[in-house]
Amino acid sequence: MRYIPNAERDWESMLSVIGHKRLEDLAAVLPEGLRLQRPLNLPSPLAEMELVESLRRLSEKGTEGKKWISFLGAGAYNHFIPAVVDHILRRSEFYTAYTPYQPEISQGTLQAIFEFQTLICQLTGMDVANASVYDGASAVAEAVLMAQRIKGRNRILISRMVHPESQTVTQTYTHPLSLPLEPIPYSADGTTDLKALAKAMSGEVSAVVLQQPNFFGCLEDVEKAAEIAHAHGALLVVAIQEPLSLALIHPPGQLGADIAVGEGQSFGNSLNFGGPYVGFFAAKEAYLRAMPGRLVGETLDKDGRRGFVLAVATREQHIRREKATSNICTNQALCALAALVYMATFGKQGLRELAETNLSKTEYAKKKLGSVGSLRFSAPTFNEFVLTLPVDPVPVLAGLRAEGIIGGLALKRFFPEMAGEILVCVTERNSQNDVDRFGDALGRRRKK
Amino acid sequence: MSAPRTSDCVPAFHEPLIFEEGGAGRRGYSLPALDVEKVDLKKVWPAKLIRKGLDGFPEMSEVEIIRHFTRLSQWNYGVDAGFYPLGSCTMKYNPKVNEDVARLPGFASAHPYLPEELSQGALQMMFELERYLAEVSGMDRVTLQPAAGAQGELTGMLMIRAYLAGQGNPRQKVLVPDTAHGTNPASSSLCGYQVVQVKSNEHGILFPENIAEKMDGDVAAIMITNPNTLGLFEENICEIVDIVHRHGGQVYGDGANLNALMGLTRIGEMGVDVLHFNLHKTFATPHGGGGPGAGPVGVKAHLADYLPNPVVVKEGENYRFHYERPKSIGKVRSFYGNFAILLRAYAYILSMGAEGLKRASLVALLNANYIRARLKEFYHLPYDFPCMHECVFSDRWQNKFGITALDIAKRLMDYGFHPPTIYFPLVVHGALMIEPTESESKETLDQFIDVMIQIAKEAESNPAVIREAPHQTKVSRLDEVLANRKPKLRWKP
Repeated sequence: MRYIPNAERDWESMLSVIGHKRLEDLAAVLPEGLRLQRPLNLPSPLAEMELVESLRRLSEKGTEGKKWISFLGAGAYNHFIPAVVDHILRRSEFYTAYTPYQPEISQGTLQAIFEFQTLICQLTGMDVANASVYDGASAVAEAVLMAQRIKGRNRILISRMVHPESQTVTQTYTHPLSLPLEPIPYSADGTTDLKALAKAMSGEVSAVVLQQPNFFGCLEDVEKAAEIAHAHGALLVVAIQEPLSLALIHPPGQLGADIAVGEGQSFGNSLNFGGPYVGFFAAKEAYLRAMPGRLVGETLDKDGRRGFVLAVATREQHIRREKATSNICTNQALCALAALVYMATFGKQGLRELAETNLSKTEYAKKKLGSVGSLRFSAPTFNEFVLTLPVDPVPVLAGLRAEGIIGGLALKRFFPEMAGEILVCVTERNSQNDVDRFGDALGRRRKK
Repeated sequence: MSAPRTSDCVPAFHEPLIFEEGGAGRRGYSLPALDVEKVDLKKVWPAKLIRKGLDGFPEMSEVEIIRHFTRLSQWNYGVDAGFYPLGSCTMKYNPKVNEDVARLPGFASAHPYLPEELSQGALQMMFELERYLAEVSGMDRVTLQPAAGAQGELTGMLMIRAYLAGQGNPRQKVLVPDTAHGTNPASSSLCGYQVVQVKSNEHGILFPENIAEKMDGDVAAIMITNPNTLGLFEENICEIVDIVHRHGGQVYGDGANLNALMGLTRIGEMGVDVLHFNLHKTFATPHGGGGPGAGPVGVKAHLADYLPNPVVVKEGENYRFHYERPKSIGKVRSFYGNFAILLRAYAYILSMGAEGLKRASLVALLNANYIRARLKEFYHLPYDFPCMHECVFSDRWQNKFGITALDIAKRLMDYGFHPPTIYFPLVVHGALMIEPTESESKETLDQFIDVMIQIAKEAESNPAVIREAPHQTKVSRLDEVLANRKPKLRWKP
C-alpha cells in the first residue's frame, strides 16, 4: 500500500472525528443489499520488482526483443525522438497537473499550449489553432461537424485517400446526425479525382475533405480542390497525417483550406501501439467561435503582467452543456507538449533538413524497390509510396519477417481492389542498407 | 495550528515566449550524414507545391530549450508538489514505476499495424485489462478504445442508440440529472438526442418519482453519475433502473466517481447497462496537464455486439484483433485507443490487487468525510449527509463579507494548496467541491483544514487580503474578460 499514506493508526483518530469505529463503517452509506460480499477477483498484488519484470517480459512477447527493420507508416510514423523531449515530459510539474482551470498556478501548461497553438498556425498557415484534440481521426470528425454547423448543409464529400481510420471515426460521429459521407475516388496518378469531385459538388455540400499527403503518400492539389469547394460555397478541410511533410509542402492555409487538422504523433510522440497521440486543429479566424476544444489566450494580470488563460470557453460543454460545439472536455496537453518541444528542438532549419532526409531516402527506396516491384502511382510523394508486387503480398511480407524485415502494409485490408499493393514508408530511421536488404529480399521472393 | 506551507520559496524566472528566444543559426538537433543521394526537391515536386521556409519557427540550442521548458514547468502546480483536491477529478498520486513500464521499448516502439504475431504482449495486456475492469465494475464486456471520459460517454450513448435502433426505434430524449457533468448533455446531443434535465431532491439525490414522471417510450436513456457530483450515493439507483428498463430505456453510468466504490460495490450489479471508466482518475494514470487520459466503456452482454471495432480475442494461447462484427458502432478513435495510458492503469491494478483497490476507496472515503466533519462548522454544507469520496461546501457564510468561492480558491494558493473545484455542481450556489483522494496523509489534510479555517477567519477580519489573492504566485489574478473580448490565441511576429 505504498501509495496510501494513512495507516491504521491514523484511521482511528480520523474515524473518531467522523463518528465511526471501523474503516469499513464508511461503506454504510451503500444500501446493504448492494455491498459486495466477496473480494474482487484480481491477481495477487505484485511488488515493484515483480511488476517491472513481468511487464518487461510482456513487452517482448512476440518479438523476443529482436531488432527489426520496419517500413510501416500508414498514419503512425517511426521518427527518432531527441532525448530532450522525454526529459521535459518527465517533469512532474507538467505531467501530474490537470487542465489549467486555475491559471495563476498553471502558467507553465498555459504558455506551452499557447506556443503549441502558434506553431500549429505557422505550420499549417492557418489563423487560429486549439490546444489539441484526441488524435488525427477525431480531428477530422470534429472538423466535419464544425463545417456542418457553419454551413448548415448536409452533404459531406471525403476523398477515399483520407486515412481509412479517420474515415471510419468520422462516420461513427456523423452517423447519428444522419450525415452520410460520400467518397471521392482516386485518379490514375494516385491523387483525388478532382473531376469527380467537381461533378459531385452542389449547393448542399458543407465540407470537402482531403488528406495531404494522402493515404497513398501522394501530394494533392489543395489549391484546385479549394477552388472547386469554394465555387459551391463549401468549406475545404485538409487533414495532415504526417505533419513533417509540411516542412516542405506549401501550407494548406495559403492554398485556400478553411480548416486544417491532423495527427501530431510524428512530432515527438512514440508509436505506443497506436496511442496516446495528439490531434491538431486549426481554422480561419472567421470560424473561431465554431471551433471545438480548449483554447488558450494571452491576457494581463491585475498588475499588468502578461499571462495566459483558457479563453473563449463559452463554446464549451461545461458552460453550454447540450449546446456546446463539442463534448470534448480536455485536450492532449502532454502529447502537445511533446510536439512543441520536438518542433522547437528541430526548429526552422532542422525540420526542413529532417524532411529532406525523409524525402531523399524515400526517393532512393522508390528506385530500389521500383526495380523489384513497380510503383503504382506517378504523383509526387513525401515519405510513403505504393508498390505493386507481382505476387500476393501477404505471404511475401510474412516471409520477410523471418528475415527481420517488416515490409510495409498490405493495402487489401483497406482497399479491396489493391490485392497486390503494399504501402511503404521510409524515414530517417531507415538506412540505405535497410532499404537494400528490403529490396534484395523482395527480389529473391519475386523469382520463387 | 501547524504552520501553513507557503509557495514563495521557488524562484519564478521571467521566461519569455519561445519565439522571443534563440537566434539565427542556433540548432538543438543533430542528424546523421545522409547515406543516399540528396534529392533536389525542385526535380521531384512541381514548384507550386514547395514551401519557401518555416517562418516564425524557433532556432535554439538544446540548452536553451531545456531552460525554457524547465522554467515553464516551475510555474505549474502538480500532484507531486502538493495537495490537489480538485473535486470530481480524482487527482491521486501517479506511481513512478508506471511511467517507466509504459516506456519499455517493446511497447513504446510498437507500431499499431504490427502483425499480430509480433504484438502478442500488447494484445494480452489489453485482453487482461478489459477483464480486470469488468471485474471491478460488474460489467460483462469492456472497450478500451475511447481516448477520454467524454469520448467514452459518446461511445456509450452511440451503443445505446444503435441497440435501440436495432429494436426498431432509437428514441428522441435522454434524461440528465441537474448534478451531472457538462459532458453528459453534450455527449447526448452529439448523438442527436434532446436533453431533458431531471432535478435532484433536497437530499441531493435522484428521486424515483421524478424519474417516473419524465420517463416514457421516447426516452432512450438516463445518464447517472454514482456517487453523484455531490459525493452522495444515489441510493435509489435500483428503483430508478427498474423504472427506466420498464419503459424500454437504458441506463448509462458515468464512472467519473468510481474511486469511491472499488471492492465495496459494483455498478453492474445495480442494473446499469453502460459504464465508462476514467483511467486518469480511478486508476492513477497522470492527468498530463489536461490529457492524455483514457475512457474505457463497460457494457452488459446485450450491448456487447455494439462495442467499437476491433475487440481482442484469445484463441488457445494466442491473441488477435477481431473486426468482423457487423453490429459494431465502428470506431471512435484511430487504432486501439491510448495504449500507453492503458498500460499504466494495468500496472496500477497489478500493484494494488483486490485488497489495495478496496483500501484506496475506503481511505478516499475516510479522507473526504474527515474534511467534511472538520470544516462544516466553518463553511456552509448544503447537503449535510455522510459523503463518499468528495464533499461539497458553499461560500454562503463568506458571502456576507463579500467573499466568493473564487476568492477562497485564490487565497488557498498563497498557502501552497491547489484549490478545489469551484462553482460546480451547478445545484450548489458558490460550490467548493473537495476531493482529497486516498493519496493524502492526515498531516496534509490537517494543514489544509487549518488553512481553510484560517481563510474563513480572514474573511471576517481582513476580506481584502482574500479578494486580492493570490499574492504569492507568478502572476496575480488574470483578466479573463480581456482574453475573451479580444482573443489573442497565438504569437505573431
